[in-house]
Amino acid sequence: MTRQDALRSVYPALVDRVVITIMGAVAAELQALGHRTNFFYLQHAMGLASSMGLGVALSRPELSVVVFDGDGSVLMNLGGLTTLARYRPRNLVHVIFDNESLLSVGGFPTATSTGSDLAGLAAAAGVPRTVTVRTIEAFAREFDAAAAARDLTTIVAKVEAVGPPAYVTDLALLENRFQFQRYLAGRK
Amino acid sequence: MAVSAANSRVVYDALKSAGVRLISALPETWLVHLIRMAEEDPEMTLVRLAKEEEGVGISAGAHLAGVKSAMLMQNHGFLASINGIVSCAQLYRIPLLMVISHRGSFGERDPWQTEGGGVTEVLLEALRVPYERLDEPGQVARRIAQAQTLALASNKPVALLLTRDLMVEEAGR
Repeated sequence: MTRQDALRSVYPALVDRVVITIMGAVAAELQALGHRTNFFYLQHAMGLASSMGLGVALSRPELSVVVFDGDGSVLMNLGGLTTLARYRPRNLVHVIFDNESLLSVGGFPTATSTGSDLAGLAAAAGVPRTVTVRTIEAFAREFDAAAAARDLTTIVAKVEAVGPPAYVTDLALLENRFQFQRYLAGRK
Repeated sequence: MAVSAANSRVVYDALKSAGVRLISALPETWLVHLIRMAEEDPEMTLVRLAKEEEGVGISAGAHLAGVKSAMLMQNHGFLASINGIVSCAQLYRIPLLMVISHRGSFGERDPWQTEGGGVTEVLLEALRVPYERLDEPGQVARRIAQAQTLALASNKPVALLLTRDLMVEEAGR
């Protein structure tokens, strides 16, 4: 499964959800599918996308929040998994695309390549629903199931270590930030 | 040593008056009363962290979602948060209200706290984060209100340093 195909499979379901992604390939690939003002791309601060998702989810419990994270980023903020689990926002789905590498800086392998199990770590941290998927069908099914379950869910999607040809897009960081804030202010 | 419950209350009330409704915190001795006040306040969301840098992300999310927040941390927590401050809060113009206990200044008896005190203010200056010290209770409400006003007007992080004179009652500590 490629990350781009996985994103494409759930893209229609993102229309009324609050989406926060990490930097690099995830941001570029989601923008390639079509940027929406309810998408925020944290283009640095590795590890903090899930913390931002927690901040939004706690502040706006009526909204459905999706975080698209990555193995490299999660490994930089493993403690954040315990904070997520502790506050258990039932309106948050935490997707971790695990390509077992730091792709955008040359593909250096991360610890998931030698067996570190992110779904296992999330479960051990106390996240009530965790799953690892390896196919598009399973990913789409678990993504829908997470929304239906209305509980904090971590989905680790094992994906190929392939990415887009370029990471810089024509969406300015601050343009995205203020669009996103206005979207949230306008959402009832 | 006794941490001042009365002055902690002054700080807490000032944060409430500034509109703060979400506080992220990592416990430290001087912050015990403030954290307990946040925990006991039904109007406040308290997020206990594993490490302080998480609080930058949580505050960024809260701000974009329309909720005013503050980070409560020791100066070593500020040191641990610097990448998040730069590459999340400054990069994305987030008005971050940081309330930092300034350990390691004159009067510090814990040997392990003595390095952080000397670098806290110079690092805030290097990061161009506006900050003020809170030394006595009479200045607290006004300075916290002003800090919040500047943070929201500039869309940038600001910091308040809780000093020994404010937070510790016993003479000599």
